[in-house]
Amino acid sequence: MSGLLRDLVFDYTLRNVALGSALLGIVSGVLGCFAVLRRQGLLGDALSHAALPGICVAFLLAGSRETWVLMLGAGISGWLGTLALLAIVRHTRIHEDSALAVVLSVFFGLGILLLTYVAKRNDANQAGLDRYLFGQAATLVTENVVTMAVLGLAALACVALLFKEFKLLAFDPEFAATLGLNAPRLNLLLNVLTLVAIVIGLQAVGVILMVSLLVGPAVAARQWTNRLSVMLFIAALVGALAGVAGALLSVSQARLPTGPMVILSLTVLVALSLLFAPARGIVWDRLRRWSA
Amino acid sequence: MLTGALVASAAAIVGCFLVLRRMAMMSDAISHAILPGLVLGYFLAHGPNLFAGFLGASVAAVITVALVEGLQNTRRVAEQSAIGLVFPAMFALGTFLISRYFANVHLDTDAVLYGHIEFAAQDLLFLGNLNLGPQALWVMGFLLVMNLAFVIVLYKELKVATFDPGLAAAMGFSPVLLHYLLMAVVSITAVGAFTAVGAVLTVALMIVPAAAAYLLTDRLATTLGLAVAIGVLSAVAGYGIAVPLDASIAGAMVTVSGFAFALAVLFSPSHGVVARAVRLRRQRMAYAAETLAVHLLGHEGTAQAETESAIAHLGEGLRWSPALAQRVQRWAIRAGFVEQSRERLVLTERGRDVALRALERGA
Repeated sequence: MSGLLRDLVFDYTLRNVALGSALLGIVSGVLGCFAVLRRQGLLGDALSHAALPGICVAFLLAGSRETWVLMLGAGISGWLGTLALLAIVRHTRIHEDSALAVVLSVFFGLGILLLTYVAKRNDANQAGLDRYLFGQAATLVTENVVTMAVLGLAALACVALLFKEFKLLAFDPEFAATLGLNAPRLNLLLNVLTLVAIVIGLQAVGVILMVSLLVGPAVAARQWTNRLSVMLFIAALVGALAGVAGALLSVSQARLPTGPMVILSLTVLVALSLLFAPARGIVWDRLRRWSA
Repeated sequence: MLTGALVASAAAIVGCFLVLRRMAMMSDAISHAILPGLVLGYFLAHGPNLFAGFLGASVAAVITVALVEGLQNTRRVAEQSAIGLVFPAMFALGTFLISRYFANVHLDTDAVLYGHIEFAAQDLLFLGNLNLGPQALWVMGFLLVMNLAFVIVLYKELKVATFDPGLAAAMGFSPVLLHYLLMAVVSITAVGAFTAVGAVLTVALMIVPAAAAYLLTDRLATTLGLAVAIGVLSAVAGYGIAVPLDASIAGAMVTVSGFAFALAVLFSPSHGVVARAVRLRRQRMAYAAETLAVHLLGHEGTAQAETESAIAHLGEGLRWSPALAQRVQRWAIRAGFVEQSRERLVLTERGRDVALRALERGA
């Protein structure tokens, strides 16, 4: 254990991996809170899947595997996914759930088509694009972590600046509108910030399991408090914990992809919170009912 | 290709009900969550045994549905969040099991994502020594027959329960039971589709054709038929695109069906964006022409009749822009409300009728 701790501080790979995953956990934990409170938990699922074709197109166009190029591609196609989703819900009679499923699966299908096409081109440079599916935190280098930190801090700064507005939007959108806040624009901004969290997470967790990192910390944090500010902090903490634990588990065993390990650690934390959180814990609830 | 068409039809049938019942994302949850069941089934059967896979996956699906509903019932987690918690956990467990313990048992993470429809023709089914053809064909054929039977036998019940659960309960059959039956059928179909096209694309096969069909018609039976047709077409066209590119067939199938959905969104005769824009324009014009008729009628025989009915003056009297006034005037002439006599517009019999009726409605 102390050996692991020492490696965490001094080992280059391990330090990058742990820092990156912690950052990711913090950013997606905070932004996930708003998604969960607005009952849009699955939006992140659609957006993260929608990012895949962008990664492939960015690679095909730029011919490079530079992280920021791929991130840009992912961001743009995630953005297109958001627009498609909004357009479908607004202009057709398709309900939100079907619209989510359509956007998610069609974008992902296109992504798979492109990914397999790229893979068959016998281009030595393409190796590793598929790590964006399940995530491979072991490949994080310092440069990636710096990019993640810049993007993540910018997103968190936005949340801090607009905390009051986002809070209103999450709990009482009608009231927010009567106060003269531009609710649609704020909504869009929140979606963009969520997209930033997703883009940050792609390399480490992958597109498929990203949604869990948005929803999980928020649900866990919700059990411990009724205050939004406290909830954001706890969610960030839970996200960071799960990220680091998962990344370490994955790196210590060469064959484990990172994404699943992060999600499994996170699931344990969520289950514990649901069962044992002081006021809302299911166990205490049962005990009270049983003794009454 | 035949396998693809079969699985697409089977998936499209159940997908229709998921779309109509606003449970589309359940297909997402189930298709991901069956993975650990599938893996354990294969593991216990020492190989990719279809039956064991089906059994394990069905158990996993039931657990998933129960967990999602259980979480919602605790009133601590909203529906979307419950789905978003359960299926990634199950899926992560599945990929963990695969990469940790059975990296070589015919299942790798690629197959989980892309499926292996490409190899469907290679796994043959033997009964004794009799070669019955590709195994996948039989499985998908069975799924299609099962789903067809499910829908045909319970058609009325499904219809009522989908559109009016209260009425269904009042009529004496349980919407809850039907709900679980539907979930069971969805799960079994998902297992089949999963082995063919992988987890995420299963969602596409179920939901995309159904959503497109939902835009094209208002009748349940037609929705089902159209969804199957779109599914089959996408499967065939996707195959045609993927083979020359040497890319994933499943990915191509889904891309084509997405294209079909986009077409439905734009050009559906009843609910399409274009059709609605045209209809809106027509209504706007009809209303404007009616206003014009009332305007002319109102000034008929008065001192200002001369000026108010002058074509050059129309826009001003009604506060329309010149361009709009011109469009309305053309529309009204074509509709036979007014006639042009020299520089003035004159109401026809028909136009007078329209104006009078409009005034009556207003009064």
